[in-house]
Amino acid sequence: MTVREEAVEKKRADHGRPDTSPPNKGDRKFTVISHVVLTLWSILVILPLAWVFLSSWKTTGEIFNSPLALPQHWSFDNYIGAWTDSHIGRYLLNSVFVVTAALVLVMLLGSAAAYSLARYPFPGSDLVYYLILAGLTFPVFLAIVPLFFVLKNTGLLNTLPGLVATYVAFAFPFTVFFLYPFFRALPQEIAEAAELDGAGEWRTFAQVMVPMARPGIVAVAIFNFLGLWNQFLLPVALNTNEDNYVLSQGMARFASQAGYAVNFGQLFAAVVITVVPVLIVYIIFQRQLQGSLSQGTLK
Amino acid sequence: MTAVVPSMTDVVAPPSGSSRFKRPRRRRMSRARIVFILITLGLPFAFYSLFVLWPFVQAFIYSLTNWGGFSDTFEFVGLANYKALLHDDIFLKAVRNNLLLALVVPFVTIVLSLALATMVTVGGSSTGAVRGLDRSSLYRIVSFFPYTIPAIVIGLIWSQMFDPSSGLVNGLLTGIGLDRFESFAWLGEVSTAMPVTMFVIIWGFVGFYMVLFIAAIKGIPSELYDAARVDGAGRVRMTMMVTLPMVRDTIQTAYIYLGILALDAFVYMAALNASGGPQNSTLTMTQDLFNTAFKKGQFGLASAMGVFLAATTLTFAAVVFTINRLTRGRDR
Repeated sequence: MTVREEAVEKKRADHGRPDTSPPNKGDRKFTVISHVVLTLWSILVILPLAWVFLSSWKTTGEIFNSPLALPQHWSFDNYIGAWTDSHIGRYLLNSVFVVTAALVLVMLLGSAAAYSLARYPFPGSDLVYYLILAGLTFPVFLAIVPLFFVLKNTGLLNTLPGLVATYVAFAFPFTVFFLYPFFRALPQEIAEAAELDGAGEWRTFAQVMVPMARPGIVAVAIFNFLGLWNQFLLPVALNTNEDNYVLSQGMARFASQAGYAVNFGQLFAAVVITVVPVLIVYIIFQRQLQGSLSQGTLK
Repeated sequence: MTAVVPSMTDVVAPPSGSSRFKRPRRRRMSRARIVFILITLGLPFAFYSLFVLWPFVQAFIYSLTNWGGFSDTFEFVGLANYKALLHDDIFLKAVRNNLLLALVVPFVTIVLSLALATMVTVGGSSTGAVRGLDRSSLYRIVSFFPYTIPAIVIGLIWSQMFDPSSGLVNGLLTGIGLDRFESFAWLGEVSTAMPVTMFVIIWGFVGFYMVLFIAAIKGIPSELYDAARVDGAGRVRMTMMVTLPMVRDTIQTAYIYLGILALDAFVYMAALNASGGPQNSTLTMTQDLFNTAFKKGQFGLASAMGVFLAATTLTFAAVVFTINRLTRGRDR
C-alpha cells in the first residue's frame, strides 16, 4: 500500500462513511471506454497522414484508379518532381531564410524591448505597453490593405526582406507581451548587483538577465517559429512574385489549380516533404516542446 | 565574448543615491540608461509603429473613403462603406458563416479536447489514487501531430481525403458497401461543405488543446480528487465537480483563441474551397475582404470590412469574458 493510499484510507476512516469505491465497475468501464476513444482518435489522426505518405509513391494515374491500392513500384519520381518541377525546393529555401531571419530579429528586438519596459518604468511606459497589447488584439486582416501600401511606398513589396520586416513587426507584440512578465519576475537585486560589479546596461542585459529568462524565451521562440512557419496571409498578400514564394504559398498553388493540371503524385510528395522534417523534430523534442508550450500559455 | 565578469572585490562601486534594495521607480536616469532604453525599446517600437500601429490607424481612415483603385485621390464619404456592407448580401452571408464557425468550432474543439485530456489524466486504474491511463504518452504524442502541420497543408490533405473520386473517405465508404458515396462531392454540396470544413479545423486543433488541458488538469491538487473519491464520486462526477471548475480559466483562454481563429479561417478556406464554396456556403469575411481589396481594388470598402471584422473579434472576446465572469459568481 502506498503512502497516498494510506492517506486516503485514513481520510475515509475520519469521514466515517462506508467504503463504496473499489472494486468499482463504473470506473473500470471508464478506463476501457477511454482506451477505445483515444485509440479511435489516434487512428483518425494517423490515417490521413499514412494515406498521404502511401499516395506520394503512386503515379497520378494510380491515384485516380483506386484510393486504397498500394503503389505498383516504389520510386522517388514524385519527390524529385515536387522538388524541381513544382519548385518545392526553392520555396523551402525561401521559407527557411525568411523564418530564420525573422525569428532571430524578433527574439533580439522583442526580448530587449520587454526587458527595458519591465525594468525601467518611465512616464508613458504604460501607454507603450498598451499600444503593444493593441497590436496583439486586432486581427492582421485589419492592417493588410494599408500595410500593402506601406511596403509599396518603401520599395519592399514582393521582396524577401520586406516579408522578413512584416514577420518581425507582427510577431513583435506577442514576443514582448509574453516576455514582459518573465523579466518582471526576475529579482531586481541581481541586476543591481551586476551593475555594482561594473557591468554596464548591455552586459547586465545580455549576460545576466537573458540567461535567467531562458525558459520564457525558449517557449516564445517555439511559438514564434510555428506561427511564422505557418504564416499564410502576409505572404499571399505581400509577396506575389513567384520566385519569392514561401512554402505555404507553394502548397496553396496546388489547391488553387486543383482539378486542372495538378500532378497529384507530386502534390502528395510535396506534403510529405513539408510535414516530415517538422514531425521528426517534434517527436525527438516532444517532451520539452509540450512542456514549454503549456508553460508559455498558462502563464 | 571574452570578458570575465569582475568579482565583487575587484570593483568598488560608488554607493548609489537610493537604497539598492528599492525598485528604482522614477529615479533620474543616467545618460547611458536613456541611450539603452532608446535603442532597446525606442527603435523596435518605432519600427513596430510603422508596420503595425500606423496601418491599423490608416485602416480606420480608409474605411471612411471611397478609395477605389490605384489612383492617389479619394474623397471622404462618411459611413457610406459601412451602409453598403449592411446591404451586401454576399458579405452578410460571409458574416453568418463566420458566426456559425465561431459558435461551433471552439465549442466542439474544447469539449472533445477536454474529454480526451480527462481520459488521459484520470482514466487509469480505479483502485487507489486517481491515476493516468497506461500508454497515455503515446496518445498525447500522436494527438499533437496535426499542430506541427501548417494549416494550408492540413487543408490540402483533407481536400484530397474528401476528393469525390480519388479520396480515401469515399474509397472507404464505397468499400463497405455504401455505393451512394461513389463520387459524392463533400466540399461541393451546400449541405456538407460547411460541416466538413469545420471538421477539418477541429481536427487540426484538438491535439494542441488536449495537451494544454492535460497540463491544466495535472496542476490541480490531487487532494481534491482524493476527497471526491472518499465522498464516493465516480470518474464522470469527478470531472464535472472537480476538473471543470478548476480549468475554467484555461477554457476561457482556449475559447477566445479558437473564436478569433474561426472568425479568420482564411487559410483553411483557401485550401478547401478557395472561391467560397457552393452558393457561398463557406465564404468568410476574410475571403471577401481579400478579394475586395486585391482582386477588385476597392480599398475603402475592404478597409470597412476589416474594421467590421476587428469589431466582431473584440465583441466575441468581451462576450466570452462576460459569460465566464457571470457564471463564476454562482460557484463562489
